[in-house]
Amino acid sequence: MTAEVNVTGSLRRRLALILTGGAAVLAVILFVVVRALTSQIAQQEQDNILSASLSSILDSAAIIDGQLQLDFPYASLSMLGTPADDRVFYAIYEDETFLSGYGDLPAPQQLRIDRPEFATHLFNADPVRIATGARTLIGTDGPRVISVSIAQTQDALALRLNGISRNVAILGIGFFVMASALALWAAATTSDQLMRLTTSVTRRGPQDLSPVAKPVPSEMVPLVGSLNTLMARLDQSLTQSEDFIAEAAHRIRTPLATVRAHAEATLQRVENPENRKALHAMIRAIDESSRAAGQLLDHAMVTFRAENLEQVDVDLNELLSELVQRMKPVAEMKDIALTLETEGPALILGDPILLQNALRNLIDNALKYAAAETAVEIRVKTEPTLTIQVLDDGPGFAADEVETLSGRFVRGKDTGNKIGSGLGLTIAQAATEAHGGHLSLINRPEGGACASLHF
Amino acid sequence: MKYLLIEDNQELANAIAARIRLDGHSVDHAAQIGDAIAFVEASEYDLILLDIMLPDGDGRSFLREQRARNNDTPIIVLTARSQVSDRIGMLDLGADDYVTKPFDHAELEARCRAVLRRRAGPAQTCITIGDVSFSTVAGELTIKGETINLRNRELRLLELFMNARGHVFSKQKLVDRLFSYDDDISENAIEVYVGRLRKHLDGSSVQITTLRGIGYRLDHDG
Repeated sequence: MTAEVNVTGSLRRRLALILTGGAAVLAVILFVVVRALTSQIAQQEQDNILSASLSSILDSAAIIDGQLQLDFPYASLSMLGTPADDRVFYAIYEDETFLSGYGDLPAPQQLRIDRPEFATHLFNADPVRIATGARTLIGTDGPRVISVSIAQTQDALALRLNGISRNVAILGIGFFVMASALALWAAATTSDQLMRLTTSVTRRGPQDLSPVAKPVPSEMVPLVGSLNTLMARLDQSLTQSEDFIAEAAHRIRTPLATVRAHAEATLQRVENPENRKALHAMIRAIDESSRAAGQLLDHAMVTFRAENLEQVDVDLNELLSELVQRMKPVAEMKDIALTLETEGPALILGDPILLQNALRNLIDNALKYAAAETAVEIRVKTEPTLTIQVLDDGPGFAADEVETLSGRFVRGKDTGNKIGSGLGLTIAQAATEAHGGHLSLINRPEGGACASLHF
Repeated sequence: MKYLLIEDNQELANAIAARIRLDGHSVDHAAQIGDAIAFVEASEYDLILLDIMLPDGDGRSFLREQRARNNDTPIIVLTARSQVSDRIGMLDLGADDYVTKPFDHAELEARCRAVLRRRAGPAQTCITIGDVSFSTVAGELTIKGETINLRNRELRLLELFMNARGHVFSKQKLVDRLFSYDDDISENAIEVYVGRLRKHLDGSSVQITTLRGIGYRLDHDG
């Protein structure tokens, strides 16, 4: 009785996906931010050097005899040396007039006297950082503005940035890998809690409806709480229905027993054939109804137990010898010899109550239909498969009925006035099928019936 | 034999007790566990018939208690419950057997007999008439020191006759007493069993006399 479960993704996969996705985004952000920061710092460094170089050049500018003189201090260029042999360009203007250097070096939009202006441009297809500064010199003919641009290629800077980027990338990937591992572990332990609860519930036997006692994380308390409530309700309703069946059976059977005992006692005194006939009919009716009620309840019980099959080791030989002892008084009433013959050990995994019920029904039938002073034999065969045969010397089955007799409420035509419910073979068949076996009915060549359970 | 019947339904108890007395046994009746304990303490019984649902408790607790006290009187449970597991549980608790209500008296009698035979102690009931001695529990007939084993139906028929010497039984009565209502027994079958008993009793001081149109009677020479 397992209903199809509607599945939407996996909690564990979803959790792992969110956590690793988050880790990936974080790693990328880390990479971008660290790279931007370091490139900013490196640029600042280059700017400082360019600025220092620029100011030392500007400092050397002077007007001597009305002539602008400008000497490039050695230090101003040497400080620009880099391990990547970056190239340096310059341009000097006086009042917007190009004086010397690279005239095509891009000039800044706006010239400022107080501090140098920085910009990055492409120059001769290479990115260059340009620092431009200006100075006002007072000459005899008035103030003159000297502006100087110093440009440097960025090979060393790019080299350093690449090195740093590589390290940051390694850091980012390392972070991602570790975070992912953590995410998977976290997802696994979280779903493990659920799995553990699931196993503790599924491992139970069908009769175990006790609440879950294992400790669970607080988030699962509501789930376990409702599970326990559900099981308590189920347990209660099962107990109630079992009690109800027992109580109902008691209430019905006790008065029936009273009436029957009275009828039997009266029959001992009454001589009038008509009254005797009525009493006989009454006793028969009581037997029919109580037998039908009993078999119906047994059938319901067998159906229930077959769906929740208990699995314990059952020794069929032991079970049969108990049954034989139990049935012997009934057999003796008709002077029938009831015997059990065993070929060898007959162990089976299953529900002893179901198996006992199936076998009892077969033996019951055999005793009922066998003639007085005959024999009913039970044989346990172990080869080729485990088979239990119940053989009698009765009339056997009608050939055209063998197929249908195990149906519900089906009774043979030649049952005479034997009392029966038509459920005995149904019960035996259902109980055997629950154990992966089947029931077969044949007539023995020497006469009599043979009902077998094959496992 | 002395029986103790523990059953709270008065009508049913009366009917069962009447039938047991008819079989030639004596019966005490207890309607609840309290009374039953008093009976068991006051005297010894050969067999106890025990109902399960009683007004002052569960018959199973009485069963458990008796076994715990080493009272090993055979106990047959009369149950109205039909749970199979219940029946198994009862045997585990120390009951010797059980019958499900409503039951055929012939079956109850057969079960009682089987239990008594299984537990047969030294004090076996023997009915002796003249040179015929009959053990009802073992089903053995002894004539002049020679023992014959009787079949079940024969021994029940003989028991009837020997318990009521001189009483006339009609064929109908015998059918009612001997057979389950499920059996297809004609009155002619009685003639067969009476014939067999006569053969067994041949040469003894006891014989079964036919009273034409009335029935049979057990007579004893002298």
